[in-house]
Amino acid sequence: MFRYILRRLLQMVLAFFGTTLIVYALMFAGQGDPIQALAGERPVTAAQRAYLTEKYHLDATGVGGFFYRYFDYVKNLVQGDLGESLTGRSIGQILQQAWPVTVKLALIALAVAILFGVTAGVIAGIRRASIFDNSTLLLTLLVLGIPTIVLAPLAQYFLGVKLQLFPPTAGSNPTFYALLLPGIVLGSLSLATALRLTRTSVAENLRADYVRTAKSKGLLRRRIISVHVLRNSLIPVITFLGVELGNLMSGAIITEGVFNIPGVGFNLFRAIKTEDGPLVVGIVSVLVVVYLVSNLVVDVLYAVLDPRIRYE
Amino acid sequence: MSDFETVAASENQAARRGPSGEPGIPGQVGTPQKPRSLAGDAWRDLRRNPIFWISLTLVVLVAAMAAFPELFASNDPRNCALSRQHAGPSGGAIFGYDFQGCDIYARSVYGARASLLVGLLSALLTGIIAVVVGMLAGYFGRWIDAVLSRVIDIVLGIPLLLAAIVLLKRVSTGGPNTRLAAVIVVLAILGWTTAARVVRSSVITAKEQDYVAAARMLGAGHSRIMWRHILPNSLAPAIVVLTIALGSFIAAEATLSFLGIGLKSPTISWGIDIDAGRVHMRESATPLVVPSAFLALTVLAFIMLGDAIRDAFDPKLR
Repeated sequence: MFRYILRRLLQMVLAFFGTTLIVYALMFAGQGDPIQALAGERPVTAAQRAYLTEKYHLDATGVGGFFYRYFDYVKNLVQGDLGESLTGRSIGQILQQAWPVTVKLALIALAVAILFGVTAGVIAGIRRASIFDNSTLLLTLLVLGIPTIVLAPLAQYFLGVKLQLFPPTAGSNPTFYALLLPGIVLGSLSLATALRLTRTSVAENLRADYVRTAKSKGLLRRRIISVHVLRNSLIPVITFLGVELGNLMSGAIITEGVFNIPGVGFNLFRAIKTEDGPLVVGIVSVLVVVYLVSNLVVDVLYAVLDPRIRYE
Repeated sequence: MSDFETVAASENQAARRGPSGEPGIPGQVGTPQKPRSLAGDAWRDLRRNPIFWISLTLVVLVAAMAAFPELFASNDPRNCALSRQHAGPSGGAIFGYDFQGCDIYARSVYGARASLLVGLLSALLTGIIAVVVGMLAGYFGRWIDAVLSRVIDIVLGIPLLLAAIVLLKRVSTGGPNTRLAAVIVVLAILGWTTAARVVRSSVITAKEQDYVAAARMLGAGHSRIMWRHILPNSLAPAIVVLTIALGSFIAAEATLSFLGIGLKSPTISWGIDIDAGRVHMRESATPLVVPSAFLALTVLAFIMLGDAIRDAFDPKLR
């Protein structure tokens, strides 16, 4: 177990450097004069140019200079300093404001997925091949097949604008109610996958030997399902939901964009549109770390939950 | 948007797989002792599955639209006039006109070409990368497998949408065709991992088979064993994965175009039209709803087709 975690941590470090290096190179390599880009159309005096060149180590050119600046960036990153966006705001501050909103949205989406997905999945798994099972399967197929760029605007139009059940956009400082519809849209994909996963796993476990043993011991069906079957069936579902939480936190770019929610994905998208290189690299580096850590936690959790799994 | 992974095969390949996979159905009538092949069983299942026929019809319809759009829509999708802004249905425009005064229906029909082209070509490219990587990793094992598996792990760990945004941001110049090629290559670079894993595991199973030992004994070299013996026997699972991936590639292209970093005007894409329709949805919702329906049905058709084929091929579910 310890060796496994160690190996995964090393792998994580590798993935982190690989991704940040690629993102850094793509955002900054081959761009023209960064100082002029910062100043826009205005002229840059020699003194300003000298100051900025020294501040950002722009005098070192070529591949060596690139790596020098990259490691400078990573060094600051490890120390928790994400730098400044092109508009002069601290990236850490931007993320600090955006993160709570995104986490709230992700938690609503996850709650929707657990509440409806897992419950319906258990029922479908117990009553396999019933009308309920077949209709939920078809419904999940529909949800899985419809892209978010279709689902989000249509939900916004029909439920928000037409029927006025929900506020169509969230705006700054969104309330729980304003985040409910985007949360449902965001969670619907996880809901469908969670439902299918729960269904398969419950149906499989119902045929296991220990269920037959429990039955022959005369246990109540309710107890067999709620204690024996459910406990074993939910292991893969929990893993999936853990990975999904990592995914959801890394910014629902489309959903946040459509519903105008000032979260991480929204900021990232705006940074890309305004060509704000430092902001894009800053947000993406943090998101990659969140993604990698959540994957690691889920893998370790998996081994803790299921004693049959042993990592060498 | 976590469902973009994986690779490619054309819908034609996937559809052909069924019938050609079981050459002997008529012949089997006389020889009842001969067990049916896996593909034969799968085809028998598929024939009775209504979802398979519905999705196959949709796929053929969209493919026909992509190949000959002028057969489906009589109006020119690029003939727009502001005087017709949000005008109701008239002439060939059965859904009316959008904000720019373009025929909504014609634009949706012509949008099929870009979507299908991106889907098919990214799936094909993904398939090639996946087969090469999966074959090398699975066949040679040892350090080659270790290195390639780590590469797969790392690429799999990169969030697709984020990486695609950053990569496509670099391609700012070039005409519509450069843009199309860029989207295809980016999707393939980021999406090959799942299919590569599938190929790797089926190659590992296949290389232990007797026919491989027989071929080796007859003096066949590595490349002959790999491409002539193992490949044909381990392709089926990858093709199923690729059919489903094709649907998600189409969705990914529309998403990128929706964000304004995928395909760009004058290329006609459902993603671009959905974004444009969204802005003016309070005045008229048809420009949003029609391309949305086209996109959703196409993606759905490919995913349902892949799902039906996978269910038919998976003996565990029988």
